Amino acid sequence: MSNIVTAGPAAAGRTQDQPPVRRQRGYPRVRAILAPLPWIGPAIVLIGLVVIWPIVVMFQTSFQHITADGINIGSAGWRNFSGVLNNANLPGILLRTVIWVAVVVGATMFISLGLAQLFNQRFPGRTVVRWALIAPWAASVMMTALIFRWMLDPNNGAINILLHQLGILHGFNSNQSAWLANPDSAMAAMMVVAVFVSVPFTTYVLLAGLQTIPGELYEAARVDGASRWETYRRITLPLLRPAFFIGLVINLMNVFNSFPIIWEMTQGGPGYETSTSTIFMYNLKAINVGQSAAMSIVNFAIVLVIVFAFLRMNRRTLQEAR
Amino acid sequence: MAATRIRTAIIAAVAYLIGIIFILPYVEMVITALRPQKELLDRNYLPHHFTWSTFTNLWGSNLNVTSGLETSLEIAGGATLVVLLVALPAAYYTARRKFRGRGAFLLLVLATQILQPTVLIVGLYKEFINFGLQHFSPVWSLILVNAAFNLAFSIWILNAYIGSIPAELEEAAMVDGTSRLGALFKVTIPIAMPGIVTALIFTFIAAWNEFITALTLTTNPSQYPLTVVMDAFRGAYEVDWQHLFAASVIATIPVLILFAFIERRIVGGLTAGSIK
Repeated sequence: MSNIVTAGPAAAGRTQDQPPVRRQRGYPRVRAILAPLPWIGPAIVLIGLVVIWPIVVMFQTSFQHITADGINIGSAGWRNFSGVLNNANLPGILLRTVIWVAVVVGATMFISLGLAQLFNQRFPGRTVVRWALIAPWAASVMMTALIFRWMLDPNNGAINILLHQLGILHGFNSNQSAWLANPDSAMAAMMVVAVFVSVPFTTYVLLAGLQTIPGELYEAARVDGASRWETYRRITLPLLRPAFFIGLVINLMNVFNSFPIIWEMTQGGPGYETSTSTIFMYNLKAINVGQSAAMSIVNFAIVLVIVFAFLRMNRRTLQEAR
Repeated sequence: MAATRIRTAIIAAVAYLIGIIFILPYVEMVITALRPQKELLDRNYLPHHFTWSTFTNLWGSNLNVTSGLETSLEIAGGATLVVLLVALPAAYYTARRKFRGRGAFLLLVLATQILQPTVLIVGLYKEFINFGLQHFSPVWSLILVNAAFNLAFSIWILNAYIGSIPAELEEAAMVDGTSRLGALFKVTIPIAMPGIVTALIFTFIAAWNEFITALTLTTNPSQYPLTVVMDAFRGAYEVDWQHLFAASVIATIPVLILFAFIERRIVGGLTAGSIK
């Protein structure tokens, strides 16, 4: 019997998830509950210790009154929350966070859609060019942020040299060349960096999506005399939707939680003028841990929405796995 | 015919240009690392001379690059090992058996897949202090944090690989007198090797590049991993650009090489298989 099954690779991939029936001894119900534990127990413990428990600690801390020296001097009630919510900087920070996420994720999805389309075409040297995209994806984001900070150096950054040659920049060591000193131009520069590090991964996700679209569909559209734009709008875009939404949700999470770019380029300053809610939460940690925990809870609530969106997108995958 | 040729040429030209744009910052990183000290303030793309001395000076003790490399290697290596030991059994069991709570377990894994340590950083920091872990080397804590946050990717990709291997292959080996564990090691693991390698390399790179938890949980410069060492190069007023980028080059090259091996398989794991 087993010889027949192993003989042909044709059987591979089809038959699975058929656990052999085993005789159960002792207390079958207890055994059934305990049997998976040696296999999945370590994973549950690890997730519990590093993911679940910090959430509990975060909630506890958000109601504690902790001094600047880190000493817990009792309950703070809701004072940490009211302290954060009444912070005069908060409205600006939240607005900036919304703009940051919307612009970076929007630009990333738009550019990646174009690039995925481009890299899906046949041309000589395609593999090499695709490799070029790996660098910003694989390298540490903090290093990429530091390179951009160096290239924007007011005295002799490479980008400033280029802008000077193009006649856009009029003088070095000027207000104009100090991109990161002015909150508006600093935000714009950091958004460019955030898009730069997000595009490669997103392009690869969309490229994977494009490759699942069967070529016969395009063939059929061509036979029917559909125009290029019509084909794109009626076939490519609808069939690319799963990949697009997964890329969108993953980017929302990454960009909302983005820390190294702002940390390395402006540290959220001057004041809080280039802080997003993540940077604000982190900077609060050094001043007031209780308020920082309260801000974390606010951020966590936002993150939960994104997690649920991600789980919904993956509903089909989960059902298949079940 | 000629029109198609021109179209291909234009597509290729645009693609090459985009490829160059994505590479240029890293080229600048290498150039700055090789720039002599006295040319650091010059306004040119390329220095008149290149110097290797920045790379050789890096190994001085006061820069902590040597200890940083060592610590990063310990953290990334440790996290990779933990992921292998924890993810492989979980992925194997969930791929092969239907059991009570399987759906809930997979849901938990999927939820952690997209979560990041950043949003939990205050909780992680307080937990670290509550448990008195600041008295020990932060390497252990960082190994666990990195392992946990990369566990989901590994369970997911291994689950898919093992699920595609017919259980009959193992059963055949067992009929031939091999034990269940023997069948796992002799049949399933070798076939699932590409998935295992992908999971391990992915975890290693993510832990190697990890910044915020390392920045938060380390206080002693001799215990900094490489990313935090580099952050410290950024002084209050001056940044030590040449040493910073020389260290970056050293930190990035192994990552790029490792990444190139798994690039093809990585998307499926990150998107939890919802697109193939």
